Amino acid sequence: MVAQNIFFYVIAAGMVGAAVAVVTTRNVVHAALYLIAVFAGVAAQFIILAAEFVAVTQVLIYIGAIMVLMLFGIMLTRARIGRDVDMTNDHWWIGVGTAVLLAAVMGYALIDRWGDDALPAERQVNAVGGSNTATVSDSIFSQYLIPFEIVSVLLLAALVGAIVIARKDR
Amino acid sequence: MLEQAWIIPIIPAASFFGILLFGKRLPRKGSELGVAAVGVAFVLALVTQVQWFQHVDDAENESEPTEEHAAAVVDIDSESAAPVQEEEQPAEEDGGEHASIEPVTREWTWFQFGETEAKVGTLIDGPAVMMLIVVTLVSLLVHVYSTDYVGGDRRYTHFFAFLSLFTASMLGLVMSKTTLQLMVCWELVGVCSFVLIGHWWEEKANSDAALKAFITNRVGDVGMITGVIVLFFAAGQTFDILDINTQALNGDISHLALLVASCALIAAVMSKSGQFILHTWLPDAMAGPTPVSALIHAATMVVAGIYMVSRLYGVFWEGLSIGISSVNLLALVGGVTVLGGAGLAFVQNDIKRVLAYSTVSQLGYMVMALGVGAWTAALFHLFTHAFFKACLFLGSGSVSHAVHSFDMREMGGLRRWMPHTFKTFIIATAALIGIFPFAGFWSKDEILAGASQLGGPGNYRVFMVVGILGAVMTAAYMTRCVYLTFFGEFRGHGQPHESGPRIVVPLWILAVLGVVAGLANLPSALAPDSVELRFEHYYEPVGAYFPSIMPEFAHPEFSIGIALVSTLIGLTGIAIGVAWYTGRIGLRGITERNRLADVGYTTLVNKYYFDHLYTGVIADGTKGPVARGANWVNQNVIDGVVNGAGRLATVTGRWVYAHVDQQVVDGAVNGSASAAQGGGQVFRQLTSGKVQQYGALLFGAAALFAGVFIVFV
Amino acid sequence: MDDLMLNQFLLLGAILFCIGVYGVIARKNTVMVLMSIELILNAVNINLLTFGAANGDVAGAVFALFVIAVAAAEVGVGLAMVLIIYRNRASVDLDDVDSMRG
Repeated sequence: MVAQNIFFYVIAAGMVGAAVAVVTTRNVVHAALYLIAVFAGVAAQFIILAAEFVAVTQVLIYIGAIMVLMLFGIMLTRARIGRDVDMTNDHWWIGVGTAVLLAAVMGYALIDRWGDDALPAERQVNAVGGSNTATVSDSIFSQYLIPFEIVSVLLLAALVGAIVIARKDR
Repeated sequence: MLEQAWIIPIIPAASFFGILLFGKRLPRKGSELGVAAVGVAFVLALVTQVQWFQHVDDAENESEPTEEHAAAVVDIDSESAAPVQEEEQPAEEDGGEHASIEPVTREWTWFQFGETEAKVGTLIDGPAVMMLIVVTLVSLLVHVYSTDYVGGDRRYTHFFAFLSLFTASMLGLVMSKTTLQLMVCWELVGVCSFVLIGHWWEEKANSDAALKAFITNRVGDVGMITGVIVLFFAAGQTFDILDINTQALNGDISHLALLVASCALIAAVMSKSGQFILHTWLPDAMAGPTPVSALIHAATMVVAGIYMVSRLYGVFWEGLSIGISSVNLLALVGGVTVLGGAGLAFVQNDIKRVLAYSTVSQLGYMVMALGVGAWTAALFHLFTHAFFKACLFLGSGSVSHAVHSFDMREMGGLRRWMPHTFKTFIIATAALIGIFPFAGFWSKDEILAGASQLGGPGNYRVFMVVGILGAVMTAAYMTRCVYLTFFGEFRGHGQPHESGPRIVVPLWILAVLGVVAGLANLPSALAPDSVELRFEHYYEPVGAYFPSIMPEFAHPEFSIGIALVSTLIGLTGIAIGVAWYTGRIGLRGITERNRLADVGYTTLVNKYYFDHLYTGVIADGTKGPVARGANWVNQNVIDGVVNGAGRLATVTGRWVYAHVDQQVVDGAVNGSASAAQGGGQVFRQLTSGKVQQYGALLFGAAALFAGVFIVFV
Repeated sequence: MDDLMLNQFLLLGAILFCIGVYGVIARKNTVMVLMSIELILNAVNINLLTFGAANGDVAGAVFALFVIAVAAAEVGVGLAMVLIIYRNRASVDLDDVDSMRG
């Protein structure tokens, strides 16, 4: 357990650092690379939480697909690759204020409510002789079949929509 | 081989990938792979056929151990895919009485969701074996034909790859064990049809035709999916075809569910098998290469709908009460299609379109036969039709190869230059019209006999009349087609010539089959016991999953009267056609003289205005009028409300101004007005149009409210 | 320090969320704003899975998967919109996009 804790804190520290770098760095491509670090950290946390299938999906979708899209977006919009003088707007202090306010409220609420609850040591969702992945897939295709289908339709609609929005000949 | 039948579709599927990957590097650009794969599949299908015959005979021997039974002497070679007539079997009693013949099945779990397992597998029984032979044989001949016909085409390899894929999916369809597998293969053949219709997609008309076929089929697929889902739940969460049929016939499924499922599935049949009112894609599909039209749009894919009905016949039988009613949706759809399709065939100038409408009409016969309960007649007609219609299509391709056009106005007199094409075309035409003793005679006759004898108290006699009318029209339009193409003077350009052996040989094979295929199901009145009703005997399923166990299920008896009438009718139709085109007598010029005839002609030329209905009324209807309606609501209703409110406000305002405002509130109003102005100035600062400031407000407000909740609640 | 606490995951999620919010509000470049939105969505996913693990329920994982799918759709459409903004204005600076100004 201690080992897990050490891992958690090391990874968490790295994630927070990388996330701060994402929103402060002046280089768009660097921001994207830091974001990859955050995503990888999130995947590692998922593994600590015994959700290996979500972790794998996280790596595949976020790092594999979404980040590639982001990099394409950066290149297609010809944002200056490299140091940009001013990547933060004039109202950044509003952002700081809002974020600090949110952090304070949420932090207080969380500590107040779940002060020292521990996670159950046996985090394996117990299926009958199955792994977490099997349980997840079973419930997606039975209990959550309709949300699943709706998400598929949403993805299709987004795909068509993205093509329609972005194509040139109109 | 019966258990190993899954190998048959795997071979062309493998050839599809092989051609795609290596086709261009092979000496014949991949065509040899396709021909070889389909050839092997054909041989295996023949082996399956022989073993199935033995299986049937064994089942009977077990039920009657006393009867002496010679070993089945099966003599099959590649030239007779209707080998049943060559068999010698000892006598036995009529089809309905022998013991149940177990279909040979094999299945694997495809995937699992929750407790339910979706399976795939092979279901080998009579109709499946019959279709295996038809599909592999026609596909093989079309492959051979195509090596010449599309030779030198820029997408030659691609063409053969998709022919292979089509063959594989069609074979998968015919031996489907589950409705799910049936649906997947159903879609796969649809995709192949789409790709092959649009083979020459550089021309807009071709890609439009492909799209039309695809989209029209999607309409029917909604019905297919609905039907499969309804059956899945009604039959206790199973996709298994045998199980569903057995339950339907046992009465384990409510009649309403069966009715809904069969009506939904009829929509699928309407699109896939070109039945009215979703038939419009089939004639346009002739934009594809001719071998494709022969294989997909005449012999195999378009009969998928008929095959699906025959597969789930227990469902239709119970759902539509076929055995005891006098009219039902299936028969009605078929009957309308018989006449509608035949009428359209008269006014086409494109030879392939004549044949396409003829196909529509003939498919209508099959659907009608299924609707009246003549299962065997429908499948028998499917069997014979596949051969002679493929022959007609390939013949038209041969003709167009010679004159470089499909327009019959540019043909004429071709019998002098193309003797082989001419002879095979004539044979196939005779088979289509139903002249004794060609194949179409036997099968069409059985349908007519079925319509006159089967059914409940009211009988299906009206469909017999429809069938006879259809026969006259068939004879007349085919005569017109043959006359314009092969007789008279040549009206085209250049010098026509006979096609090469790779085209002529498949034509002759199909023409021979067009003659002998009818002998597969000789009626007992005309034939010795050993060769009568072989088709029915071997191909009609017997068992709890097929309505033959029902008391109402019957086979029509051969009726000499109907046979005579239909032959005479056919001859009359030919006579009308001949008289029209040679004697120059009859109703020539009637469209100019008679208004009614003119209207009729125009309607036919415009294909009953179905295309106008679909594109003009339905498609435009959903954009134009809806937009106009919205505009009207906008202009009249909403503006009216706004204007009315405005006027009301004005009137009220004047009154208030006169009586209240001037005396009482003036001072207060002035004060609050300046307050509002000041407030407005403040809020104007906030609505800066900058998304991020809105975001900041949103998050900040959320945080504030959350804080308030935490502190006070 | 022996057990893994529920709160350490939840607070990590909260911090990532707040950083994301800051990024959404303060960054100029539209692509950067999209990246910050991804941060927010990831923070939500951590919370979902944490509660799922706390309750021994698979629903958290299932909905995390749905969130990932929605995020993919969001990025697709979002980047398409960024492209069209760039094409029309030759800039991806959100300060320039203020046609909703009151």
